[in-house]
Amino acid sequence: MPNCQETLKELETFLDTELPDARVSEIMSHLTECVDCQGAYEFHAELREIIRFKAQKEDLPEGFLARLVNCFGEDVLPEE
Amino acid sequence: MGAQDDFIADAMQYAPQLYSSALRMTRNRADAEDLVQETLLKGWRSFHTFQEGTNLRAWLFRIMTNTYINKYNAKQRRPQETELDEVEELFLYRRMGAVDPSQMNASAEDQLMTLFTDDEVKQALEELPEQFLLPVLLSDVEGFSYKEIAEMLETPMGTVMSRLHRGRKLMQKMLYNYAVERGIINETLLEAPSDK
Repeated sequence: MPNCQETLKELETFLDTELPDARVSEIMSHLTECVDCQGAYEFHAELREIIRFKAQKEDLPEGFLARLVNCFGEDVLPEE
Repeated sequence: MGAQDDFIADAMQYAPQLYSSALRMTRNRADAEDLVQETLLKGWRSFHTFQEGTNLRAWLFRIMTNTYINKYNAKQRRPQETELDEVEELFLYRRMGAVDPSQMNASAEDQLMTLFTDDEVKQALEELPEQFLLPVLLSDVEGFSYKEIAEMLETPMGTVMSRLHRGRKLMQKMLYNYAVERGIINETLLEAPSDK
């Protein structure tokens, strides 16, 4: 099982769901047994969610979608 | 024409996501709107090259990323890396996550959610040096995989991973600085990171 140092080093890749399945199980085993690493995991998972939520909140300019749909008819993109 | 009509219906559902990312890239509403429009038109024109069953959203983001890099990026002149980029590991967590929740009014999670304003999160992203903005935006906000991002940026996966890592640390440091500036984080309470 990975120790704290290894777990924290791989936490980011773990949160990105980019670790191999076998390693995911090992990290999860460590997290269930280690309160400190679990705290770090929860903090970063939460931070990730908050950043996504807040960065996506955007009011569309008025009439934006209609302008987009309309532009397909005219095909106004200059030829390259 | 049928396929292109389908494209409009399918692609339009991603317009709001494309727009919010375009805004982070261009930092300007007019340019963001132009970038999304150009992306959708390019997609519409080259829809015959799109492989059915593959990810339309990723395909559109790839077009937008390339368009941005080729067209808008050149005039952006974002800050390049500075010595500030060397941010210690777990920067924010060492300062905030380790605070005793009983010293806070709300739970740590609620605290985090209300601690940073929407504008601060957006600003932190927009101020990232060029090479970090796109990986962080495409991963943390848009949820693309390392492989998808590597394809979009035409960069090796290892480079994507290291830029993500450094970009995220830098963003944490900026968020922390904003909170300190606003007096939201009391530095005397949080100054000493726990020695883990």
